[in-house]
Amino acid sequence: MRPLTEEETKTMFEKLSKYIGENIKLLVDRPDGTYCFRLHQDRVFYMSEKILKLATNFSRDKLISVGTCFGKFTKTKKFRLHITALDFLAPYAKFKVWVKPGAEQSFLYGNHVLKSGLGRITENTMQYQGVVVYSMADVPLGFGVAAKSTQECRRVDPMSIVVFHQADVGEFIRSEETLT
Amino acid sequence: MAACSVEELLAKAEQEEAEKLKSISVEKELDLEFDVGNLLACDKNRIESRDFRERGKEDFLRSLARDNTQLLINEIWKLPTERNEEVLVAKLPEQTTRLPREKPPPKPRPPTRWEQFAKLKGIQKKKKTNLVWDETAKEWRRRWGYKRANDDTKEWLIEVPGSSDPNEDQFAKRNKAKKERVAKNEFNRLKNIARAMKIKTPGVGLLPKAQQSKDELLKAVSVAKTSTASVGRFQDSLPKEKPPKNSGKKRKFDPLIGDFSSEKQKQLELLQVMGNKTPKLDLTKAVNTQMREEDREEAAARRRKGRKMPGKGGKGKGGKAGGGKGGKGKGGKAGGGKRRGKPGKQ
Repeated sequence: MRPLTEEETKTMFEKLSKYIGENIKLLVDRPDGTYCFRLHQDRVFYMSEKILKLATNFSRDKLISVGTCFGKFTKTKKFRLHITALDFLAPYAKFKVWVKPGAEQSFLYGNHVLKSGLGRITENTMQYQGVVVYSMADVPLGFGVAAKSTQECRRVDPMSIVVFHQADVGEFIRSEETLT
Repeated sequence: MAACSVEELLAKAEQEEAEKLKSISVEKELDLEFDVGNLLACDKNRIESRDFRERGKEDFLRSLARDNTQLLINEIWKLPTERNEEVLVAKLPEQTTRLPREKPPPKPRPPTRWEQFAKLKGIQKKKKTNLVWDETAKEWRRRWGYKRANDDTKEWLIEVPGSSDPNEDQFAKRNKAKKERVAKNEFNRLKNIARAMKIKTPGVGLLPKAQQSKDELLKAVSVAKTSTASVGRFQDSLPKEKPPKNSGKKRKFDPLIGDFSSEKQKQLELLQVMGNKTPKLDLTKAVNTQMREEDREEAAARRRKGRKMPGKGGKGKGGKAGGGKGGKGKGGKAGGGKRRGKPGKQ
């Protein structure tokens, strides 16, 4: 386990800012305790310093996971955000998409969101903006990338994709083994 | 007078017409040689020097070029054509003229140590089959490479030979031996390359060079200093010698439980820098404003129609003329304005 280097922190923050914008500083600087990011076997974990100090007692090969896994760095040093970060993205999300109850199931199985399944979308969403997907009852379901800006969404036909799926809570069951 | 000039004009027009429609067919004594793949036409006809002198050099050359180009174009028209996005395209055949080499031919590389030895001993290269029968897997497998036959590192059961230490890990031993063989092979391969390119490789340590840069000299000094029996512990330093910069670990990470507040500080600064650097996405803003304008115009037009035809209610897109906020919304990061909602969207 080690802290992130400058470049790694930068890549990760860039990715996170696509979804939560400047609210990252609320993650970094929390009033209720010191929380930090640490890298372990290419995965980034977010934990309080208490947990960190406890985790130092484990050897590297025995330690599987600490705190919450936000995502991992791929072999080419790109950062990939995992569904386990949803709890921290959802309250600070800048751009949200609400999905109709009919299309919820489809999204949870890993499909993209079509215009016919789109309930609401925040105004001023740019194309390819990171969005957090909610159900109509304001339950966070996952996150994705807006395929069309809000303006375009109004005009396209109902069968076109409006949100590209990136992660959903169904993954907790589907990819149990790879999620640490 | 007018009649004369009209006749002259007509004659001139006829002459121009005739020139424009010069015949497509050209008469030549010897046929030209064509290499249509290279768009090349070779004309082996003799040039009459009389023609050349009497008609004027420029004109003669121009007409010659024109004739030959005409013949080449005729050849191109003979090729099969296809239509590619409203353009008629001819498919050129293979090039027949052989172009000379651009660079000099490569020199043969010197033989490797094994090749020299084989030549000396007269050992011929025996052609081996690619696949070998693997008894345990009962199928044909490669002789070497991925999933090869008789791979001793992949055995699940190894008998401990009587002479070895019972606590020794036989599997690890085999893996280590393999790694050593691979490393040795790689080393020899690199030595062969160095010998072929006549690069001097050092036995141990640094290479001697004619002109050494400052950091090479410093490195040489540090290497010399640590090349003693006690690894340089009792060596006196030179008067102005600085300790070497990158000795030890090549990559240095921050300590695991460093100063939390300084870490937080650094991250916040990084965020601030990132926040200042992001440019406003002007293009998308412009596109969105454009679309908003169009929507507004459409809505206005429909409302007008609706007023003209009071019986048939127009659709009326949301009605509001929308505040003329010409696209001041910041691209991407600000997210906010909840105006002009279409039904069902926020």
